[in-house]
Amino acid sequence: MHTFKFVRPPDSAAAIAMAARSKTAQQGADVRFIGGGTTLLDLMKLNVETPAQLVDVNRLPLGRIEAVPDGGLAIGATVRNSDLAHDPRVRRDYTVLSQAILAGASAQIRNMATTAGNLLQRTRCVYFRDTAMPCNKREPGTGCSAITGSNRMLAVLGTSDQCIATNPSDMCVAMAALEATVHVQGPKGKRAIPIGDFHLLPGNTPQRENVLEPGDLITHVTLPPPVAGSKQLYLKLRDRASYEFALASAAVVLTVAAGKVTRARIALGGVGTKPWRSPDAESALVGQSADAASFRKAADAAMRGAKPQSENGFKVELAKRCLAHALQTAAAS
Amino acid sequence: MSEDSSGPTKKPTRRTFLRATGSSAAAAIVAARVASPGRKTPSPGVDRPNIPGAVPVTLRINGKDHSLRVDPRTSLLDCLRETVALTGTKKGCDHGQCGACTVHVNGRRVLSCLSLAVMHDGEDITTVEGLGTPDSLHPMQAAFLARDAYQCGYCTSGQLMSAVALLKEPCGPDDAAVKELMSGNICRCGAYSNIVAAIQQVRKNA
Repeated sequence: MHTFKFVRPPDSAAAIAMAARSKTAQQGADVRFIGGGTTLLDLMKLNVETPAQLVDVNRLPLGRIEAVPDGGLAIGATVRNSDLAHDPRVRRDYTVLSQAILAGASAQIRNMATTAGNLLQRTRCVYFRDTAMPCNKREPGTGCSAITGSNRMLAVLGTSDQCIATNPSDMCVAMAALEATVHVQGPKGKRAIPIGDFHLLPGNTPQRENVLEPGDLITHVTLPPPVAGSKQLYLKLRDRASYEFALASAAVVLTVAAGKVTRARIALGGVGTKPWRSPDAESALVGQSADAASFRKAADAAMRGAKPQSENGFKVELAKRCLAHALQTAAAS
Repeated sequence: MSEDSSGPTKKPTRRTFLRATGSSAAAAIVAARVASPGRKTPSPGVDRPNIPGAVPVTLRINGKDHSLRVDPRTSLLDCLRETVALTGTKKGCDHGQCGACTVHVNGRRVLSCLSLAVMHDGEDITTVEGLGTPDSLHPMQAAFLARDAYQCGYCTSGQLMSAVALLKEPCGPDDAAVKELMSGNICRCGAYSNIVAAIQQVRKNA
């Protein structure tokens, strides 16, 4: 691991000022905020990330879950994944989020990982993690080893000729279906970013994974008021039953009245280069009967435009079945 | 190494042998990396208070305060093993994939390999050495013995720390729930069913 200076800022303003000196807030940043460390330290040991300065945000007052006046919930940046998953309000009103978090990683990692850190979780693409191999995300312009290499775990939606890396988060998929908002404080002030706009597609700049600029500190995430009567579910399919990343997953928030779907929010994990909200699947479902045929049509719509690679073609059908099964199970709950 | 020089009849154990050879070799490598040109390489076992960039940190480990100076890169795991010489906590993958390094920080189980020692200034750390003693085992240690919940033992301290933390976490009554919450601790020997049995024994008697 490269040497670095470890700093603990007294407040958010100092943390922002320290990080604002970094050339970028994206891959290869000189200054990194450190929360749980479960992604960052792993990548620093691999020399994939080599920050000169680590700014410890763990003792900033960003660790609370609070009700907000509009009836929603504000989740602090440093709230641990386990605390978020077990919060009684989250379990009751945002079940899909609790389920998604508990489907990810291990109990130890969930005790460490933070809300903001999970939003910034990096891909598990083996070429990104191996500095001996070309990777456009790690070293722009060197090429994508995965397109002609081992790509069984990688994305089929939102890919480009430059990068097909999967976003590995479970939490973000549920937050996409819940239409969360990411709140950021930076050198130029505060801003609120809908989660759908927070992550970027790889395009020609796979090293840019989100809209953060140097000094931008995620302070909290807000969830809109719970949808009364909604049925929620997170379904994750993977190679082993626990402690494994998704091959395909689905987060669904469904409202059914008199046998018809009146509202649907759908997001997929394990198949996209970002947490994959599917407006096509949602509009295919609203107004339709809550039955297997409609759910399959919605799943087909969600995967329309999927671009399989040499080893991951199975993900297209797997993701469809995952979503159809999630919708069926949620509707019957 | 007084225990090694007590007489020709006393053979070195695997542990004392590794301590004598391994730690000096490791210290030499570390010294070579951190020593700048012209700096004297400290002898093995000698404190190195003037490592460039070293920072002070106080950890409360198993109820006892340790005021240390560490290179900021030091993981909590390496700090426990190399600086404080508590080698019960094991290094498996060093990348958060195996759970062998599991310890408790402020009563919650975490992976000490994916955490920096300096992040835990003033915090309470519990390692397997703080769980029980040979004369007075923690109930979970006794249950692991009774249920034969290990073979080679390398993952055992991590399994124990996870299992003890699990007792205070939301966990359903059945074996499947225990398996799910223990999935972050890999056992290469495959002692899983006995580990689950040991944990369930402690939960039933609690």
